[in-house]
Amino acid sequence: MRFLGRLTWQAIPFDQPIPLLSGAFVVLVLIGIVVWVIVRGYLPYLWREWITSVDHKRIGVMYCVLGLVMLLRGFIDAIMMRSQQAIAYHAPGYLPPEHYDQIFSAHGTVMIFFGAMPLIIGLMNFAVPLQLGVRDVAFPTFNSVSLWLTASGALLVNASLVIGEFARTGWLPFPPLSEFKYLPSVGVDYYCWALEISGVGTLLTGINFVTTILKIRTYGMSYGRMPMFCWTALASNLLIIAAFPVLTATLAMVLLDRYLGFHFFSNDAGGNPMMFNNLIWAWGHPEVYILVLPAFGVFSEVVSTFSGKPLFGYRSMVIATMAICIISFTVWLHHFFTMGAGGDVNGVFGIATMIIAVPTGAKIFNWLFTMYGGRIRFTTPMLWSVAFMLTFVIGGMTGVLLALPPADFVVHNSLFLVAHFHNVIVGGTIFGVFAGITYWFPKAFGFRLDENWGKAAFWTAFLGFWLTFLPLYIAGLLGMTRRLQHYDVAAWHPWMIVSAFGVVVLIISAGCQVWQIVVSIRERDRLRDRTGDPWGAHTLEWATPSPPPSFNYPILPDVEGEDPYWGMKRKALQEALAENVHYAPVEVPRNSPTGFVTGFFATTIGFAMIWQIWWLAALGLLGAYAVFVRFAWWEISEVEIEEDEVARIAQSERPALEESLQAALAAEQTA
Amino acid sequence: MSAPAIPAARYPSGQAAASEQATAHGGPAARRIVVGYGFWLFILSDIVMFSVFFATYVVLLVGTANGPTPAALFDLRNTALETALLLLSSFCCGLASMAVERRNQLWTQITLAVTGLLGMGFILLEAREFAHMAAEGATPQRSAFLSAFFTLVGCHGLHVSLGLVWLATTMAQFLAKGFRQSMRNRFYCFSLFWHALDIIWIGIFTIVYLGGTMA
Repeated sequence: MRFLGRLTWQAIPFDQPIPLLSGAFVVLVLIGIVVWVIVRGYLPYLWREWITSVDHKRIGVMYCVLGLVMLLRGFIDAIMMRSQQAIAYHAPGYLPPEHYDQIFSAHGTVMIFFGAMPLIIGLMNFAVPLQLGVRDVAFPTFNSVSLWLTASGALLVNASLVIGEFARTGWLPFPPLSEFKYLPSVGVDYYCWALEISGVGTLLTGINFVTTILKIRTYGMSYGRMPMFCWTALASNLLIIAAFPVLTATLAMVLLDRYLGFHFFSNDAGGNPMMFNNLIWAWGHPEVYILVLPAFGVFSEVVSTFSGKPLFGYRSMVIATMAICIISFTVWLHHFFTMGAGGDVNGVFGIATMIIAVPTGAKIFNWLFTMYGGRIRFTTPMLWSVAFMLTFVIGGMTGVLLALPPADFVVHNSLFLVAHFHNVIVGGTIFGVFAGITYWFPKAFGFRLDENWGKAAFWTAFLGFWLTFLPLYIAGLLGMTRRLQHYDVAAWHPWMIVSAFGVVVLIISAGCQVWQIVVSIRERDRLRDRTGDPWGAHTLEWATPSPPPSFNYPILPDVEGEDPYWGMKRKALQEALAENVHYAPVEVPRNSPTGFVTGFFATTIGFAMIWQIWWLAALGLLGAYAVFVRFAWWEISEVEIEEDEVARIAQSERPALEESLQAALAAEQTA
Repeated sequence: MSAPAIPAARYPSGQAAASEQATAHGGPAARRIVVGYGFWLFILSDIVMFSVFFATYVVLLVGTANGPTPAALFDLRNTALETALLLLSSFCCGLASMAVERRNQLWTQITLAVTGLLGMGFILLEAREFAHMAAEGATPQRSAFLSAFFTLVGCHGLHVSLGLVWLATTMAQFLAKGFRQSMRNRFYCFSLFWHALDIIWIGIFTIVYLGGTMA
């Protein structure tokens, strides 16, 4: 047995210029950033205020940064795939098959687990406690652990770029291909360990947020008064608790097959590869609702705010959300109708799939009726929301088409399917994330994002999206299957070129997004949000200054009335501005390196297991146990902010909140 | 989030009583409740994970690949003994809860020690059973059925073992820190965990051992 397990110099892809150079570039940039941070003396600040922070707002921002970086990383994979298919007609293209297979696998994995999930969880982290009128989530330290476990998984997936290789299985490691016999390299191991680690983080997030939403709400915040985003966050996190253990168990079985020669999914000795499909999609289908439900919540907030009206059909929206939450567990088989379970089984799952479109449709109507008769302001978040409604309806319809087993047999595994799920995930989750980021950005940083660049990013994204994916629908109907490294059918080629052109537009869009942030930071004085309520919005978070103090509310607001909207914010403002308020000391959770250290050991264990460096894995486990004991012995988990300090912060907030209240009252007069 | 202390100070003088009556919902729950609630959710998620292994086991029961079958492998006497040890351990954990309620360090330590010893006895019996099977060539590599069996039962055993480590840590903490609220919250979580493992074991006992030998 070698000291470094399976790790040798051969793991570094010296013979493949693309991963080697891009990997070297990324490593250099990372080293550059670290050196810059150290030289400028920012390290103590970063450590104190961010890395060890357990403040839900900071953790939310860090999740979003991780998500955006990974979104770019996954986008680069997408650019490579689209350009490869544009030129690989009767030609080998520039990506060899074994590399191309890694790229489409990494694209899906990175986008879903490390792009979309952190962005959604980041938005929930930032907004949910504020909307509930409380000071933090139920378990702030675990929240930090979740973040760093997710980052640990992301790090492992990206390490596979330069050390070893990634899975060549697609974004889900389907057996028997993923069995050791067929893919003995470390790719699948990278996949499994990265997702096992980040999956634990996600599960902790789920527990944290369900507990927060069900047990920690401010005075008077009954279920019927919770903002829609909180309801969708609740549904999403319930799904996490019910679905992620399935992922953990399933990947554990893949690992047991690979490492110890078990026979869960093997072709021989009684194993059953199709069981993997059932298990992974029993997680995988709820997963898409985990991603899209919070986005629905964002749209609800945004549409209501920029239509100047309360959300239409609040109760039906809640019912629809919870209905989706439950039905999403009864449709998984539609991902493999072609397994051959028989007409009856396929029929049941096809009908269940069509049924789930009903509550989703109800939501679309609710948003439309919210806009109806409103004074609509077409700001960037609103544009994303309207574009979502158009895009998602079309994606939903192709989904209902795919829910018909006979139709699915024709187009399954084709680019039609690829177009469909990008249609709903990009059009739903990613549009929602951008709407949410633009919407809550001023709350997080105290200044708005530049509208002109935001709108430029929006229009190019909208156009680029359709230019990229409409051709894929057509190519799919023309019989083009997914994951082709090259092809010889002339009819497909023009569509691949159009699609690649669409990606060019999306590149411009990504550039606009980056430039939007640069411009906004530069011109932050012009974009400053003085009142804490730049949009004239409804919910409680807008009754705090931007950015809110670490403890959010000097006094917890008291919510009353049937209408959970305008009145809620106004009353919170009035309470905050009342004379003779007696402030109580506030206990805030104390910063803790537990999360970061846990992430460090998780990365160590993951890396050691991937390369089978057993002594290092044992060392990592020992370290993890030491962290556990340290955390268990740590008594002082909260620090108290004294009355005077709370009062001083509350005083400093007054001018902003006063202005905000006047604006709110004026708006009510005219409404 | 210490909720109860706040209301008196929250309102401008004189309004407190009126506002309290108008409040339909009493604000954030106490820490004790929040911690217990969160841990219940964790237990639920753990049960979901076990349900996956149960389902897998049932699907792969037929996958014996001409190797040993459940009826040929399982020894119900050993299983009965294991069950007795685990349930008694849980009973002792219940006694420990009462001792903790009364802040009795001696009885807390004694009952927790017995809880741990019984749990260790369970693990030893299970390890002996596994070793016995392996000696007969019934390893998890032999067939899909055995893979599923060892994973399901082994995962439960792993939980019990981790519980023992947690138990030892808890005993040390009770000694070092006494019965402060945070410790009692943690012990509440531990006892939930320990009892939940019984529930899983009842499932294993019924579906794996009884189902395997009586079918």
